[in-house]
Amino acid sequence: MSLDHATIRRIASLARIRVEEHEVDNLCQELNGILGWIEQLNEVDVSGVEPLTGAANMAMAMRDDVVTDGFYPEKILTNAPERIGDFFAVPKVVE
Amino acid sequence: MSLTDLTIAQARDGLRAKEFSAVDLTMAHLHAIEALNPRLNAFITVSHAQAVDRARIADAALAAGEQRALTGIPLAIKDLFCTEGVRTTAGSKILGPFVPPYESTVTANLLRDGAVFLGKANLDEFAMGSSNMTSAYGPVENPWKRKQDGTAVLVPGGSSGGSAAAVAARLAMGATGTDTGGSIRQPASFCGLVGVKPTYGRCSRWGVVAFASSLDHPGPFARTVRDSAILLGSMAGHDPKDSTSANVAVPDFEAACARGVKGLRIGVPKEYRSDGMPAEIDALWQQGLDWLRQAGAEIVDVSLPHTKHGLATYYIVAPAEASSNLARYDGVRFGARDGGEDLRDLYERTRAEGFGPEVRRRILIGTYVLSAGYYDAYYLKAQKIRALILKDFTDAFAGVDALLTPTAPSAAFAQGENMDDPIKMYLNDLFTVPANLAGVPAASVPVGLDANGLPLGLQVIGKRFDEETVFAVSAALEQAAGFSALPAIRAGG
Repeated sequence: MSLDHATIRRIASLARIRVEEHEVDNLCQELNGILGWIEQLNEVDVSGVEPLTGAANMAMAMRDDVVTDGFYPEKILTNAPERIGDFFAVPKVVE
Repeated sequence: MSLTDLTIAQARDGLRAKEFSAVDLTMAHLHAIEALNPRLNAFITVSHAQAVDRARIADAALAAGEQRALTGIPLAIKDLFCTEGVRTTAGSKILGPFVPPYESTVTANLLRDGAVFLGKANLDEFAMGSSNMTSAYGPVENPWKRKQDGTAVLVPGGSSGGSAAAVAARLAMGATGTDTGGSIRQPASFCGLVGVKPTYGRCSRWGVVAFASSLDHPGPFARTVRDSAILLGSMAGHDPKDSTSANVAVPDFEAACARGVKGLRIGVPKEYRSDGMPAEIDALWQQGLDWLRQAGAEIVDVSLPHTKHGLATYYIVAPAEASSNLARYDGVRFGARDGGEDLRDLYERTRAEGFGPEVRRRILIGTYVLSAGYYDAYYLKAQKIRALILKDFTDAFAGVDALLTPTAPSAAFAQGENMDDPIKMYLNDLFTVPANLAGVPAASVPVGLDANGLPLGLQVIGKRFDEETVFAVSAALEQAAGFSALPAIRAGG
């Protein structure tokens, strides 16, 4: 499974990272190098093995479905690159 | 003896006996930072005023006879832990303007116990790296020098490179780090320190900038095993704000250091013995086993059959989780913003401008292995191999109490080395990654020097939630090794 230029552009678009045309070739080589190295995992037989999602098979803790925190918009907005009133501001989105 | 040479345990006694004040102790470290940080670049931010304020509060507490575990002890905080009112960058341009309005649980625990924060320690960008070379705030110099070549600038390891360099050079008495694939243990080995990655769930991840959530482990750096136990005792504990935080009691880690190893069974995983391993690292490993045998432990051969696949498994799981975690940096709610023709342009330019090459590489790999059509071949497969790696440890620990291995495949290398191919850099974590995948506790202990006079560490791996045995074995190694070498660049040196 080797990545071509179109796939690199597609992944970058999915990841919302702008990649300039002159960077595609180099990225392609780097990522294929890493994926090629990862191919070694094909030699491991995983039939019948259940996937492990976390660092251990731990049970998720349950809690009451109640609000425990919040109500301080000033604190939350303090790092906003741009705000309008109590809102985060972004360029106009027209659907 | 200079105040910056004291261990945490010694400083605690000195403060109690009023031999010096917390302000004296903090000022000594701030002066050391002023003198050496311009060269070492171990700190991204020095919080001088806050440190002095905290030291004054510590002195008031001491005067009132109230001494907690870390009252007045000056520490460095990896710049991945959110600290209220103090800029937290994660080593990235994208978080350059970020000042958290809240405190991470681990640092809040340290503050509760009276600690003084000197500042925020440098690191690889988003903790992705093994040399501190990916930091947007410049590389960190390892305070150790090669005997034969004093001009070479060595890396401190990574990702917690600033934390390690700060503690080694006596700019801080201890430090926090995080370890996702070896980011505490490898720099500890490179800088002649003790570094502990506890059990997954032992230290809360709340308020720690996320890299790979199922692999990230906060933990301490210190110059002695006992100091690292004191720090972990304060950092650890259940936190309802982290759903993976374990609701188990925190034992007395410091007391466990004195247990000894008599009657313990120590496993030697044969898969860690690779053909390419430098002879001096292999010799040191054998020496470590001899020391433990002489101290009354029984040495047992064990097998962890999937060890060699740990690293490739990690380089699917970690980028996958990173690509998801780092989706939050979009230039909208916090951090840097670029572009802005429209919303999509804002996202894409902000992220292209804000992330360095290694972070971008991992986000793209992660996006790919999670994408439709490839998820089963990569991510699901990696999760299955991860299950096999955990089973390896579970099987091995049925017959032994702890494992002993080398920490890293080499001593510290020079800045610029291993940079031509990402995989070369990844190989640094060959021996450390399996403990992250399995979530078991592990420590690196300095035990000797290589032919260049650079420190080398051995790794002790324990059972889940049995850090006490890790501390007992680490302390026994420390005692036998009597590691007393000092780095060339250090306060008062």
